[in-house]
Amino acid sequence: MFDLSGKRALVTGASGGIGRAIAEKLAEAGATVGLSGTRVNVLEEVASGISGDTHILPCNLSDKDSVDALIPSAVEAMGGLDILVNNAGITRDNIFMRMKDEEWDDVIAVNLTAAFRLSRAAVKVMMKQRYGRIIGITSVVGVTGNPGQGNYAASKAGLIGMSKAIAQEVASRNVTVNTIAPGFIASAMTDELNEKQRDGILATIPTGRLGTADEVAAGAVFLASDEASYVTGQTMHINGGMAMI
Amino acid sequence: MSDIADRVRKIVVEHLNVDADKVTEKASFIDDLGADSLDQVELVMAFEEEFSVEIPDDAAESIQKFGDAVSFLEKAVK
Repeated sequence: MFDLSGKRALVTGASGGIGRAIAEKLAEAGATVGLSGTRVNVLEEVASGISGDTHILPCNLSDKDSVDALIPSAVEAMGGLDILVNNAGITRDNIFMRMKDEEWDDVIAVNLTAAFRLSRAAVKVMMKQRYGRIIGITSVVGVTGNPGQGNYAASKAGLIGMSKAIAQEVASRNVTVNTIAPGFIASAMTDELNEKQRDGILATIPTGRLGTADEVAAGAVFLASDEASYVTGQTMHINGGMAMI
Repeated sequence: MSDIADRVRKIVVEHLNVDADKVTEKASFIDDLGADSLDQVELVMAFEEEFSVEIPDDAAESIQKFGDAVSFLEKAVK
């Protein structure tokens, strides 16, 4: 459907459920994909499941130097960079009154500050080549809020605001910047919910089921495509209708 | 005019799509040559590439006019 042949994409958090699906779908559409994450063995496993061209680019997003090295190594490995997917994210949930400084700082560092540093480096490359796609994976929680996730919600809302600002700066250079806000997506985390929790969540979702990582990845493929050239500064909500914004 | 000035002028003319005779020493990229702030960043990136030098952010901010760019690069390239 969408052809990404010749495009070079970097996906952070490619060892996780959604990141992995995004990497696979981008590769399926023809892109060369750089897989980034901390667990190299998992990245290797993801790479082995992809028939296209892949590069493993380990990076610890809570380490500043590691973050700064990632875009240059991706450019070197793939010969350029057309698509950046800031997907990596962590949670450190706690009720707000009890939230520790470290819980706040860790989440902001990985989810927002790393995305800032990577986007800053990527935008430079993309502006020069007059083409680029930056996609941030945010969350429905960044728009609606969620108890126990003050830090996470702030980081995800921050990603949306940052993306809109960059989008306005670089639109004239054929670089688009968008975010995808998944709702409840089936993952190792949602597998651990008990039946009562699960039913409680499902009651809030008009589609009556959890989403799949592939359904999120499909949105990323579209935003990465040439066809999406007139879409910028937007948030694509993929949430089964649980929030209609 | 030095060789460096000619090379800088060529970049400015190409990037901002202006006549070469408008690119005088005192010509401000933004006020006289129609650049926006993004163009200015791109010009600096183009200078870095052309002359294989690194222009730090604080120096980049001080490059407002054609003459500023030429004098910075004449020092940096040596």
